[in-house]
Amino acid sequence: MSTTTDLVDYDEAVSRFDPVIGIEVHVELGTRTKMFDGAPTEFGADPNTQVTPVSLGLPGALPVVNRTAVESAIKIGLALNCEIAELCRFARKNYFYPDIPKNFQTSQYDEPIAHDGWIDVELEDGTVVRVEIERAHMEEDAGKNTHVGGATGRIHGAEYSLVDYNRAGIPLVEIVTRPITGVGDRAPEVARAYVQTLRDIFRALAVSEARMERGNVRADVNVSLRASADAPLGTRTETKNVNRFRSVERAVRYEISRQAAVLAGGGSVVQETRHWHEDTGITTPGRVKSDAEDYRYFPEPDLVPVAPSREWVEQIRASLPEMPVARRRRLQGEWGYADAEMRDVVNAGALDLIEATVAAGASPAAARKWWMGQLARTANESGVALEELAITPGQVAELQGLVDSGRLNDKLARQVLAGVLAGEGSPGQVAHDRGLEVVSDDGALLAAVDEALAAQPDIADKIRGGNLGPVGAIIGAVMKATRGQADAARVRELVLERVTQG
Amino acid sequence: MSTISREEVARLAGLARIDLTEAELTRLAGELDVIVDSVAKVSEVATADVPATSHPMPLTNVFRDDVPQEPLPVDAVLAGAPAAEDGRFLVPQILEED
Repeated sequence: MSTTTDLVDYDEAVSRFDPVIGIEVHVELGTRTKMFDGAPTEFGADPNTQVTPVSLGLPGALPVVNRTAVESAIKIGLALNCEIAELCRFARKNYFYPDIPKNFQTSQYDEPIAHDGWIDVELEDGTVVRVEIERAHMEEDAGKNTHVGGATGRIHGAEYSLVDYNRAGIPLVEIVTRPITGVGDRAPEVARAYVQTLRDIFRALAVSEARMERGNVRADVNVSLRASADAPLGTRTETKNVNRFRSVERAVRYEISRQAAVLAGGGSVVQETRHWHEDTGITTPGRVKSDAEDYRYFPEPDLVPVAPSREWVEQIRASLPEMPVARRRRLQGEWGYADAEMRDVVNAGALDLIEATVAAGASPAAARKWWMGQLARTANESGVALEELAITPGQVAELQGLVDSGRLNDKLARQVLAGVLAGEGSPGQVAHDRGLEVVSDDGALLAAVDEALAAQPDIADKIRGGNLGPVGAIIGAVMKATRGQADAARVRELVLERVTQG
Repeated sequence: MSTISREEVARLAGLARIDLTEAELTRLAGELDVIVDSVAKVSEVATADVPATSHPMPLTNVFRDDVPQEPLPVDAVLAGAPAAEDGRFLVPQILEED
């Protein structure tokens, strides 16, 4: 950037202005085929290998709607407490861009399949904000462009783009909120929590893998400022394609500071789309809304209307799984976690892992201890998500089983865990291979106890004299001698036994 | 009474990427006027309780099952591309990347 953008300190910005946000979320459905034809949707295939005449918009190619995609859209609508339209149409959104080979995107215009809903969003501190949903509609994704700069590529010195149409036609559902007002300085947090909540719902409904890093879920964030909560809405900007939770929060925060500076300086905010820059954490102007945004929508003549019968809708409603918020409340009750503990678990992405660990036989407390303790630290240090660690919930439960049965103490269990993470096998195998097991042979332990007592006769005397304080020193010596492989409680018993006998 | 101006035709032509000469703009403005007027006559008869027709046939819910079909071979896909590189369509630089 040649010019620097003026920013107002965030706290000052939100004290002078009332932020209003609106969010559009696109989710790619996880159907096996595209929205309007049978082209496969496998992720990561070679460019242009998942393409049919319909994907390419070849003359004469005719679309047919994917029933599963419609069902998924209805599921999403119902999960967001929307009305499901009795009849809705597809429409052509006309624009010219190389990633859309038909020169129009098949979308829905004034008749979305779902409308007028709401969803409760829980912030990290437990505050609940209700976000109203204006609509959710069906459409298709565009192809993927890769820009080739002047220095590289076949045409020396030329700048051009390469297009892969594998993604063109993949079903999308776009969910649009009504303006979210009254959240003040928490607007960035609300935006993030909302997108996160939707992601969790998509996963719970199994309508999408909803993987952010693959762009399965993409957010456009609208931000405007007004003088006060009673003032009319200000001019908004729309920051496109923000694909990480944290970035959603940062982009809203940045726009609030930027717009506050514009307004405080007596200027006016330009209504425009803006681009988010992940590396620098700023937004820059894109297109100014103009003629180019005149999409000349009209009903898609090649697709007949979708009229979901009420029976079908009710059947889908009855089959909806438990929603994430309800599930969290149920699990917290079952596990007896405190509010703060539960929030930490959810924020760490450990909920599913702990549930599976408990299902595999561990106690909720033990499951939490492992996943939020050593495993969370390991994941943190290596910069991966908990679920990416080389350990399964079943293995964690097995490890805890070894502790519960007295074969491992805590210290040994931690070593075994490290072995499992290093790919040495199951906890049982690692314990066996590394020779990590509690020494339960009293003979061996007694020998070590005697040795420790003999080595520290003054301490032995004190204990004999009824002062149990220094017992720890003897236990420590025994643990050291057995390389930590003794059960400390048993060692204590043996020490006391020995001393009183003597 | 003219309802379609030359400027509107020029703007639509721009949106549709159609290059029209001055003479064509004038001629088309006149022709489109006739069409719009004719459609307006229909609107006079159709009262508010008659919904706009988007599809002449009273069909709904034409769906297909979510079963993959064989995609085109990549050679066939790229056969119509003016230029290609690495299995992809090569197009003039796109300014706004996403």
